[in-house]
Amino acid sequence: MKFSRKTKISSEIPTASMPDIIFMLLIFFMVTTVLRESSGLPVELPKAKRIEKLKSRRHTSQIWVSREGLISIDDRLFNVSDIRHIMYDKRVSDPMITVSLKADESAKMELISGIHEELRQADALKLNYSTKTLVN
Amino acid sequence: MKNKRRFKSGEIPTSSMADIAFLLLIFFLVTTTIDTDKGLGIVLPPPGDVEIEIKKKNILNCLINSQGAVLLDEEPTPVDQISGAVKRRLAENPLLIVSVKSHKKTEYSDYVRVIDQLKTANAMRISIANSN
Repeated sequence: MKFSRKTKISSEIPTASMPDIIFMLLIFFMVTTVLRESSGLPVELPKAKRIEKLKSRRHTSQIWVSREGLISIDDRLFNVSDIRHIMYDKRVSDPMITVSLKADESAKMELISGIHEELRQADALKLNYSTKTLVN
Repeated sequence: MKNKRRFKSGEIPTSSMADIAFLLLIFFLVTTTIDTDKGLGIVLPPPGDVEIEIKKKNILNCLINSQGAVLLDEEPTPVDQISGAVKRRLAENPLLIVSVKSHKKTEYSDYVRVIDQLKTANAMRISIANSN
């Protein structure tokens, strides 16, 4: 007895919905890529040659220092003496935290040393002076 | 004279749609750069004033004044020559600690330039003195 194939299955992959799938992917990537998390204060970063990349974004906390001496953490303005408490809380919740200091190039060292001292008090010792790449 | 219409079907060809979408996808994937933070890393000393005795010959004083001029062990040094000078000193004495002191009104960019120079000279032991 011979069996004959009753149903004919087409062996082709349906490509009609392919564009839809790819558009979905495209939109997914467009939506999920965040260009910039939060813009702090308008600063002109100094330039340096020997720079290193910060390892992870998650363990980074940013302190913005503007030309006029304003200090902003997480989009809120603070005094120098407040940094201690904020950074201490941050450091408790994430012991691996690195502080990225985004200070304007014409900020004064008086303020920067003040921030150094506050960070020391908060035990947030890993510091990174955020800079641009110097091209010569 | 009459022009004959050559194409009869009024449909948009969809077979190349996938290719176009792929192209767009790849374009966006390539052009989006997630900006990573970069800068000069430094580790601050732990809190509390712990006095460590350091021999005077192991210290290289680096003073920055409010104009951004640098005094490297009593000797005025242009900023771009610091790394060379520090490298020489480090070769003589590998235990050298560079102590950076800046004036209150020194601009941050001058300070960063000096730190950058020290990093270029591979000076690992940098001490930052309080400027107030």
